[in-house]
Parts: sequence; structure tokens; C-alpha cells
Amino acid sequence: MMADHGNVRQVNENQCQQCMPLGGVIALRGVAGSMAVIHGSQGCSTYMRLTCVNHYNEPVDIASSSLNEKQTIHGGEANLKKALDNVRRVYNPSVIGVLTTCLAETMGEDLDRIIRDYTDERGLDGVEIVAVPTPSYGGSHTEGYWAATKAVIARFARPTEPHWRINVIVPHVSPADLREIKRILSLMGLEYILLPDYSMTLDRPYAEQYSKIPEGGTTAADIAAMPGALLTIQFGETCPDRLSPGLWLEQEYGVPLVTLPLPAGVEACDRLMKVLQKVTGREMPDVLSNERGWLLDAMADAHKYNSEGRPVIYGEPETVCALTRVCLENGAYPAVIASGSHEGRLDGHLAPLLAAVEGEAPVVLEGTDFAAIEAAALRAGANIAVGNSGGKFFTERHGIIVVRAGFPVHDRIGGQRILTVGYAGTLALLDRITNTLLEQKHGSYRRLRRDEMMGTTVSGGV
Amino acid sequence: MDELCSLPSGGAPPCISERERSIVTAGRSRTAIHCTDDSLAGSVSQRACVFCGARVVLNPVTDAVHLVHGPIGCASYTWDIRGSLSSGSEMFRNSFSTDMKERDVIFGGEKKLAACIDEIVEEHHPPAIFVYATCVSGMIGDDIVAVCNAASRRHATEVIPVESSGFISGNKVVGYRAAALALMRLITPKEGETVEKTRKLNFLGEYNLSGEMWLARRYLTEMGIGINVAFTGDSTVADLKRAPGACLNIVQCTGSMHWVAMQLEKEFGTPYMDVNFFGAENTAESLKKIARFYADEAVMERTEALIARETARIAPDLAWYRERLAGKRAAIYVGGAYKAVALIRQLRGLGMEIVLTGTQTGKKEEYATISGLLDEGAIVVDDTNPAEIERFLREMKVDVMAGGVKERVLATKLGVGFVDHNHDRKECLAGFDGAVHFAREVYTSACSPVWKHIRPFGGA
Repeated sequence: MMADHGNVRQVNENQCQQCMPLGGVIALRGVAGSMAVIHGSQGCSTYMRLTCVNHYNEPVDIASSSLNEKQTIHGGEANLKKALDNVRRVYNPSVIGVLTTCLAETMGEDLDRIIRDYTDERGLDGVEIVAVPTPSYGGSHTEGYWAATKAVIARFARPTEPHWRINVIVPHVSPADLREIKRILSLMGLEYILLPDYSMTLDRPYAEQYSKIPEGGTTAADIAAMPGALLTIQFGETCPDRLSPGLWLEQEYGVPLVTLPLPAGVEACDRLMKVLQKVTGREMPDVLSNERGWLLDAMADAHKYNSEGRPVIYGEPETVCALTRVCLENGAYPAVIASGSHEGRLDGHLAPLLAAVEGEAPVVLEGTDFAAIEAAALRAGANIAVGNSGGKFFTERHGIIVVRAGFPVHDRIGGQRILTVGYAGTLALLDRITNTLLEQKHGSYRRLRRDEMMGTTVSGGV
Repeated sequence: MDELCSLPSGGAPPCISERERSIVTAGRSRTAIHCTDDSLAGSVSQRACVFCGARVVLNPVTDAVHLVHGPIGCASYTWDIRGSLSSGSEMFRNSFSTDMKERDVIFGGEKKLAACIDEIVEEHHPPAIFVYATCVSGMIGDDIVAVCNAASRRHATEVIPVESSGFISGNKVVGYRAAALALMRLITPKEGETVEKTRKLNFLGEYNLSGEMWLARRYLTEMGIGINVAFTGDSTVADLKRAPGACLNIVQCTGSMHWVAMQLEKEFGTPYMDVNFFGAENTAESLKKIARFYADEAVMERTEALIARETARIAPDLAWYRERLAGKRAAIYVGGAYKAVALIRQLRGLGMEIVLTGTQTGKKEEYATISGLLDEGAIVVDDTNPAEIERFLREMKVDVMAGGVKERVLATKLGVGFVDHNHDRKECLAGFDGAVHFAREVYTSACSPVWKHIRPFGGA
């Protein structure tokens, strides 16, 4: 593997990440009855709302403490308390997540103390406030997501009698992916506590009305019971230890942690199924084994086409690993694998997978930007991209089509419905990749062959 | 906790009592609306921040590099967020950030900023770099002015500080001023330089969304009038430096550009006038106003001919849409007042009733204008939020709403049609052609068959 840490540059050109509190907002959407308050200036919450609206096509209300110059100098305590008052008045949440911004962190706001005072002063009953430090300069939205998930568990978990449910902790995936994971667990007859579960809050069925706090999400009671679970499955190979909710449960309460890759690709799905079989003592149900069979059949049908793919894969670390697995299994050997987060330890996780790559090893970039990814992709001869909307310039400038997956997808509709997990999700993703390669091939092969045979021009292309 | 405010319309929406004075009813109420204040903490305002205001104004300068000095979020959220088109360079569509990390916050970010500027100059050789201060760089006291001045000298290129720390205010308008100051610095001729006066005009507050500036230029060219430079749609750094050479400044987005127009008058003696190219009536009025300024018989004649021809050309289309839209009820919530005023006139021109109008950043006088345009009983609201919008859309039985991205999903969740009038739009909505495009946008949403079909299973 050619590890190219193109980080000699200081300037970041075309960002391959969002900021930390945004990840916290999304994780909080997976907690029942919750509302997020951003402690910082007004713009931060508005930008995060825009990003969520464009990806999920759902209203995502996020409050702000709307700090201005005065509070920045004298402290934001009064504004934060006012924000909490107003949010309780209008939204009546049972959980409020307070996420800090870089501004609040730089000001040195003592969040725990402010919230303790607020809780005492108001004599709060029936509403829990969870504070999560998420300075933008502290990491990407991925780290914010893990930090908030861990903070929520730490806030609600209680010593609990052992029970037979299992904990399932998920990285930032689409609501459709969450529903698929739940379906698989149910088909295996498992009882589980899934966290965070924003499958219904970030993808609402039409109901002629707007719920200020949409129904759905993991309940506080369920989160409280997580320490008594049989085990925790955490789809989070790339989750840093210090932010790992599953590791925290193991260390604090002795819940055994099984870390699995996001179940995309045959091998990763099989690994999940083996764990589930062991836990339940049941065989894989026909529905799932058929889906597995359909996936295998499709892989065999499509392998020639996919072998022509040289993808550039990018996004959040866990998503990137999952997408890489699918591409590798199908012989579409990646040209570039990249993430804007610098905490995913991609090199280490990918090394065993990439050992089997025949031919030129992919370039792996972490903590990177799209300028670096684009340059590497061109050098390495990428002909397809798999990742979020940030890769639009691959298509605009170089004709490399992006198969949209991950977050954010803001220039296409349906980001909330993009399915990549499970045998069925893998097949859905694979078909999109294969068909994109075919579209490019059929769109240009007559011209390319003619030029090649007639010697008119020397062309590359698919 | 149950301090509900009472709406002048008689309802009792779940809004916050402190916001009571920000909601008035047109006609009946003579009390001035409360506006231009900071957003109330926790109210879930639709507003952005100072940095956003500065960035949207300057961003369409096509060949400049826009460098955001702060942690990553500010830059990544504003990467290529405008639908401004360019006839040349696409540099403005890239997003540069100094990507401040914890160590930069502790030890200061000035060195990193200087290094980033050096890298950008070396790699891209842009004619100008706008350096935006954000919350953190402002808070820790990075002297971006000094860093920019030093870099300007070092590279003999324009490196222009934009003092746009977000926390200065929750009101984007403050950011417009930061952008205006940066523009004035770029425009003002250096010692020894002069700019020849011409018969051309500057088009201020026009961002060339979907090529709208190009359309206006077609009209003006036909009239015999040239555009010197637009601020900032499809402008280049070199174009902007010619700004003092105009004989007139026309101002469309008044919120972002009135101050610049006043400065240009003060510094270079260039007069200015307000124009509005949204809607056929507004377009015709504006063209006439411009022609009158030139006091040239031939220009006036060509203008009248153009207006007559274009008005006649689009009349059948507009009539077709009007027939289908008449009597429908519309709501408007947009960033600035000039857009709200234009939308009121256009929707009314389509025979629709406007039952709600609001803006993020309107001023008292502007709200007075808005109230004066509306029928009695229509709601006027400043700096509203989702809870209020939901209430208004339901109570006022709105058929279609015009606004930006955040309002879009709220409207469609309630089964209300929506017309996008935000700054990354892909449809040209200005001029005579734009009037037809706009009518089509309203029609395709208000009259879509989906509203007949989307209802709960078994429902009426």
C-alpha cells in the first residue's frame, strides 16, 4: 500500500468533512424526545440545519444560544439558559443535547456547571440535559457523532440486572441502513437496543403535519438498560477508542464488546450473521439466505464489468471501509481511498484487505481535502467515484461519475434512502456501481474503438 | 412555562412571548414591527451569521480565492453555495480554509494564515484573496489585517481582510457591511492610479444567479447602455477595479449594497438608484428609470419598444398561469425585504392572495412598505421560526410558499406547495423571461397533482 499522507500543505481546499457538532446533532436525533441546542453563534445551527435538510429532506430544528459580541466577552451563560427555557417552552423535549461550538469552547464556557445551575434553578423534572463538547477544531462530524453517542450512554446508563437483549451501536449511516439492520436483527429473532436510532426521525412518512419532535429514537429507558445487555455489537472498526460507546460500556459495566465492520459486502455481512447465529443459536432464515444468494449471483454476473472499475472512494472512515470492501470483493480495485477525518486509522484497517490487491496499490489519504483526493485520483487513473456530493468536481471537471453514498448528499434527492448494508443493501449499491461503469462504457466505446483502430486519437477512458 | 403570545389574527400560536412584537397584522395594526435585533436565544431562528453575509456577497467574484480563516465547519458549509454563473474563471467555486486546529486556537493562527496565503499564491496565482475572519479567529484576536497587509506586500497581490466574525451579530446584514468594506478597499484606486469615467453603469446587488445578470445586460445592451461591472455577479477583480468609472450605480439587493452605493457616491460622485428585475412590472419600471437617467431620446425609444415587445411576448404565458393560480393563497419568507416586495407584486400579478410575508433581516421602513402592499389581515413577521411558520401555514390555509431551503421541507411536510427563491437556485427568475419562469415555478408546485394524492390511506 502506498500511504500518501499529503498533509504537507497547510491550506484545506474543498473540504471533505463537516464540523463536529453536526455529528452530535444527528446522533441526538436517534434519541427519543430529544432536541439539540448549539451553544454558539446563530450561524452554526443554521448551517447544520441546511446540511441536514439537503441530505435528509426533512426539517431538522436545531436551537442556538445565539451568542453575540457581548456574551462572547462576558460569558454565554444567560443566553444558554434563555435558549433552554425557550426550547422547553416550544418543543417540550424530554432530552436536550447541548453541543458546544468552537466559539463556546474558546470562550471556555463551563458547560457542566451552567447546566447544573440551570437544573437546580428551574427545579427540572422530566427533562434531561446532556452536554457534549464538540469544538469544530476538535474533529470532523464523525467524531462529533461518536462523542454524542457516548455522552448519551454515559448520561443514561444505569447498573441493570442482566437481560437477554443485545446492544447494537451504529456509526453514521442512512435511515434506510438503520431500517435494514433492524430488519436483519428481527429476522434473526433478536431483541436489541439500537443506538442511535434515527430511522424514523430523519425519514418521516408523510402525515399531513409537522412534528416538532418527531416520534422515534431510542428511549431513555432502553439506553438505561444497556449495561445489562448480553453483549454489544458495535459497527465501528474505525471508531477511536476514546470516543467508543461500546468500549465505554465494556469498561464501566463489563458488557462484552464485539466490534464488527459495517455489514456491507459478503464477507462483512457473513461476519455479522455468524455472530447473530452464535448469539441466538438459530440458522439464517430463508429470506436472508435468498438475499445472500441473489447478491452472489449478481456478483458473478457483473464481475467482468466491475473489474474495469478504478474507484476513488471517500467519506467518513466507517463508510469508506464499507465501500472499499464492496469494491474489493467485486474486483474493482480502488485507485484512491480517502477521508477528511484524521482519526479513522484507515491505513491500519485497510492494510489486511488491500494486501490481496493485484496491481498497483491504492493511495490512502486521511485528514485530507478534495483538492488532494482529486489530484491523487487523476494520477492513479480513477474512472468512477463512490462517495458523497463533495465529489461533484470529479464529474464536472473530469467526467468521472460519482455513485452517491454516505453523507452529505445535497445535489441529489433521497440521501436518507441510500442503502448500502446487508446482503440486499450491498446488492443495491453494487448494481449502482456496475451500471455506472456500463453507462460510461456504452456511452463512449464506439468512439473510443474507432479512434483507436483508425489511429485518429490516443484515448484512455473506460 | 405557558406564556403564549396572542396573535393579532386572533390565534394563540405556540410562540414565545418575547416575539409578540415581531408579528403584526397588515392594515389593522398601526404598531411598528420589532426588527433588526439579535435573534432570541433558543427561538430556532432561520437566520445565518455575519460570516455568511460577507461570504454570499463576495463569493461571486469569480477569479478571487476565498479563504476562510477558522476551523473547518465555516468553510465546508459555504462551499459553492451560490448559483452564480461565471463567463470565465471558476476559482470562486472552490472553498479554502486555514482549517484551524486546537493548537492554532491556543497559540494563535496568524502564522498558519500567512502560510496558507503563500501556498495559495504559489499554486493558483489569484488576482485577489479575500480572507474571512470567523468566530474563533476573531475571538483569539488574530490580526488578520496585519497578516493580509504583509502578504499583499510580499506577493504584490491583493490580499483583503473581511472582518466577519460570526458572533458580532446574528444578523447577516452586519456581514454585508464587512463585505462592502472589503469591496471598497479593492475598488478604491491606489495612489497614482486613475479610472476613466464612462457612460456605463454598475449593477449593484446582482449576483448572476442562473445568469440573471446576463439577461439584464441583454436588455441594457438593446437600450444602448453598457454594464461596467456587476457587484458581484460574474465579476473579476480587474472588472471591480474599474467600478469608479461608471456614471450610474443601479442597486438591486438593497440590503447588501445600499451602503456601497452611498460610499461610491461619496468617493467618486456616482449617483445611484434602486431597481428591481423580479417580475415584469418591476423590470419595466426599472428599465424606464434607467433610461430616464441617460436623458437620451433614442435610449428612451428603444426602451419603450423593448418593454412593449417583451410584455406582449410573455402576456399569453402569464395569462395562462394566472387563470390557474388566481385565488390561491401564498406565503413569503425570505432573507431580505427587496425580494419580499418583489414577490408580493409578482404573486399578486398572478391573481394570488398573499396571507403572510416575512423576512430575516428587514428594516422598519421596509416593513412599512410591505405592510402597505398587503391586504388587511395578512401577517407580517420578522425573524420567524419553524414553530411559527407551521402555525401560520395551517391557520392561514396557505396553498404555496415562497422561500429558501429550510422553509421548503417544512412546507412540503404540511402538504403545502413551495417555490424556491434562494441563492443557489438553478432557475433564472429575473426579467421578462424570469417572470414566466417564476409563474411556471408557482404553477408546477401549487397545481401539482401530488397534493390530490398525498393524503393518509382511506382519508377523504
